[in-house]
Amino acid sequence: MNDEYENVIIGLEAHIQLTNLKTKLFCGCDADYRGKEPNSYTCPICLGLPGSLPVINKKVIEFAIRLALALGSKINDSSYFFRKNYFYPDLPKGYQISQYNKAGGKAFADGGKVTIKVNGEKKDIVLNRIHLEEDPARLVHLGSIVSSPYTLVDYNRSGIALIEVVSEPVMTSPEEAREYLKQIKSIVQYTGISDLDLEGSCRVDANISIKGHARNEIKNITSFREVEKALNWEFQRQKNLLKRGKEIQQETRHWDGRVTIPLRTKEFEKDYRYFPEQDLVPIGLDENYKEKVRENLPELPKDRAKRVQEQFKLSERDSEILILDKDIADFFEEGVVAEKSFDYEDYKQSFNWLLGDISAWLNYNNKRLKETKLTPKHLIEVVKSIKEGKITGKIAKTYIAEMMKGTSLSQIMKKSGKQKISDVNVITQVIKEVLNENADIIADYKKKNPKALESLIGKCMQKTNGQLDPVLTREIMLNLLK
Amino acid sequence: MNIHEYFAYELIDKIKSKELTIEDIATHYLDRIEKIDGLIHSFVYVSKKEVIEQARMYDNALKSGKKLGILHGLPIAIKDLICIKNYPTTCCSKILEGYYPPYNATVIERLANGGGIFIGRTNMDEFAMGSSTENSCYGPTYNPWNLEYVPGGSSGGSGSCIAAGQSPLSLGSDTGGSIRSPASYCGVVGLKPTYGRVSRYGLVSYANSLDQIGPITRCVYDCALLMEIIAGIDPLDSTTANVKVVKYTNELNRSIKKITLGIPKEFFGEGVDESVKNSISNSIEILKDLGANTIEISLPHLEYTIPTYYLIAMSEASSNLERYDGLRFGKMTNDLSEDVFEAFSKTRGEKFGPEVRRRIILGTYALSAGYYDMFYIKALKVRTLIKNDFQSAFNKCDVIVCPTMPTTAFKIGELINDPLKMYMMDVLTCPVNLVGLPAISIPCGYDPKCLPIGFQIIGNYFTEDLILNISYLLEKELNIYRKLAPIN
Repeated sequence: MNDEYENVIIGLEAHIQLTNLKTKLFCGCDADYRGKEPNSYTCPICLGLPGSLPVINKKVIEFAIRLALALGSKINDSSYFFRKNYFYPDLPKGYQISQYNKAGGKAFADGGKVTIKVNGEKKDIVLNRIHLEEDPARLVHLGSIVSSPYTLVDYNRSGIALIEVVSEPVMTSPEEAREYLKQIKSIVQYTGISDLDLEGSCRVDANISIKGHARNEIKNITSFREVEKALNWEFQRQKNLLKRGKEIQQETRHWDGRVTIPLRTKEFEKDYRYFPEQDLVPIGLDENYKEKVRENLPELPKDRAKRVQEQFKLSERDSEILILDKDIADFFEEGVVAEKSFDYEDYKQSFNWLLGDISAWLNYNNKRLKETKLTPKHLIEVVKSIKEGKITGKIAKTYIAEMMKGTSLSQIMKKSGKQKISDVNVITQVIKEVLNENADIIADYKKKNPKALESLIGKCMQKTNGQLDPVLTREIMLNLLK
Repeated sequence: MNIHEYFAYELIDKIKSKELTIEDIATHYLDRIEKIDGLIHSFVYVSKKEVIEQARMYDNALKSGKKLGILHGLPIAIKDLICIKNYPTTCCSKILEGYYPPYNATVIERLANGGGIFIGRTNMDEFAMGSSTENSCYGPTYNPWNLEYVPGGSSGGSGSCIAAGQSPLSLGSDTGGSIRSPASYCGVVGLKPTYGRVSRYGLVSYANSLDQIGPITRCVYDCALLMEIIAGIDPLDSTTANVKVVKYTNELNRSIKKITLGIPKEFFGEGVDESVKNSISNSIEILKDLGANTIEISLPHLEYTIPTYYLIAMSEASSNLERYDGLRFGKMTNDLSEDVFEAFSKTRGEKFGPEVRRRIILGTYALSAGYYDMFYIKALKVRTLIKNDFQSAFNKCDVIVCPTMPTTAFKIGELINDPLKMYMMDVLTCPVNLVGLPAISIPCGYDPKCLPIGFQIIGNYFTEDLILNISYLLEKELNIYRKLAPIN
């Protein structure tokens, strides 16, 4: 436990767009609205025109079952839609069709849990419920919401299907919140219901309080990454208030990317006057259908972690890191399983490449593996070439950018002429030159300065653009220094 | 005989036999509207040019041997809250001034495919909230039987235009009696179908768990004809039922020898006019002569109907009307401020009429935290009790017969400042909506002031065929159904 965060309690509501659906939640409009001309993906239903009625998209039910099964939530045989009433320009009907678990309502599924690991310790984050609802329209501002001279409304997003995953308030640090969301993202990816890397595909409302004091809600944090930042900032704010002997006001706040600011209470009246949406009939689910969806459920992350750990003899930690992003795990498995000559050491090397330098390159360039032209074959070639002494790992790493463009290692080596030099005579020749030029370093070496040997090898590499076989070079150098 | 004195089905025969052209008929009704609508105000919009054009088109199609839909180009008047593409649809409210929907309601699609021509928009209480058609932003409709009286409501224009022979057919909507009340007060036939029988897609919602679209016509046959066109499951309305639609016009002549009529003692109690009681009793006697049995039944929770109905209807209305903020359609206030919420409030305050504001405020209150259980949930529970009452009644009888309205029409302005008394007028109609049953009102006589009286037949779920059948036989025996309102 981190003492710094003593007594903090965090609960999260994650609103996840089902981006893998073709149409919206209650109408036939195309759901792929990103980058499209504003207000062009609309119809009487998602514009809330008088007289229009919602009809549920059947695929949504299948997606919701998948997620509920993956989270271990109890799916209700019958659930209902409710209206959540409030006025806001992004809400065309003046109410949002959502689900509710009070006032006679039933959410799609109750309970469930997400297991996270913080500082090597496992912890179950218990869920309250998951439910379905429609996304409001998108409000477009010039710069910040506070300073923009206007607000534009784009109804292309209106009516997009959302699943809300509501946790119990059981997280005890912003770090736990981050790990929880990381796991949620992974599970969502595995169930194939959404691509949470798309901009705005996931928004979080975070509740945070210090035990014994009023709770604050930070609304509409627009990415998973921002949640930890917002929670850290808000926690410090609350702690400082208490330090100065002030009490915390219960309020709704907005995260602007740097700080949280209070929203006018008028905008978020708490009385939503929830009541049943009678334009829709209850969602009834029979066991057969649930079973059918269960049978077609892909392997889930926690099962996969266990399997790859055994199959490839990776450590528990490595397995968990490997499977977190399904694309990377799929790439790994395709790559290594396809190569029959690989042994456990090669698996480990493949893992190191993927989760080490390749992931670093992806992060740095803000790209996803799918967006590059790197194939499993390329990776196999790299691991093999290093093993066979055709190239050093160090040189291979310098080629990552090229490889991401889909150029194979052998092609790159041919072009650059940077092949590894393993010829003993050539290596000996280079070393002799270096020794002749660096009498002072040799003196250092005799004085048992450990850095001297590395420095001499470095000089050899400099002379040859790093092409010398490092193992042979070291061996010959040591012999000549005797 | 004048064209407007014929029933719709007779006019269809005359078109088929080439005795009349579609244009003859359209022109006649348009002329009649022009001549007398200044007195009655059934219509808030008439699409004269388009009607004539369409009539000619249909005539030409007919000449070239094409088959027309069943209505053969007959005009049909549509209540101002059923969406027609690129046609004014205002719910008789200032808030929808200038609104032209970009789509057709399902019933409109079906009627267009069935060969109907939309002649105009009929007047109504704003957003269907009222029982007298006095709450229209365009001013009231006058009862064609006596212009000092209301035509009933909220589909007052749809009722009066049929009674005055301004259109052979019309559509209304019924949330608590809004079809049957004008049918009764105007002496015409009005059917509220089973909830889920007719698609609500494109019907502007007032109280969405109660609303149904239905026909208002001059005779039962015409009503059955329209029902055949508009009824049936609709993929755009999840609340429509997958129940086969009967060919109603084939079922009208069935014998009613084994039918049992339930007579609810509560429906003949205090507040029901003597002339109404007598007229209803007379009709019951006729049905007995035709072989029907009668049995007295009881609906003990009926006294809670009005508060239950208004709580549910107003709660739903408060939510259904939230979309009118002026942002996407209709008019916004001219008095715009920087604050969007203030603009919403001002727009709604200015553009909604007093009755609509009253119902929104009451409904909002009833759904608010702390009151929800006391009002809305309680009302739902009573709704279930009333439903149980009807279910046990239908164990004993096939249909329930009773007056449609406790009195004949009242005078314009008489109840406008007494909303509670106005609400009480719905006492015999709104239980039917709470339970979702079908019910019809047909003219069965006149009071001493020559104002029509309506006979109500309430059927079990999806037994529109039976109540049309009984109505048809009764109509024949009463033989007053050809009578039009005395206006020229």
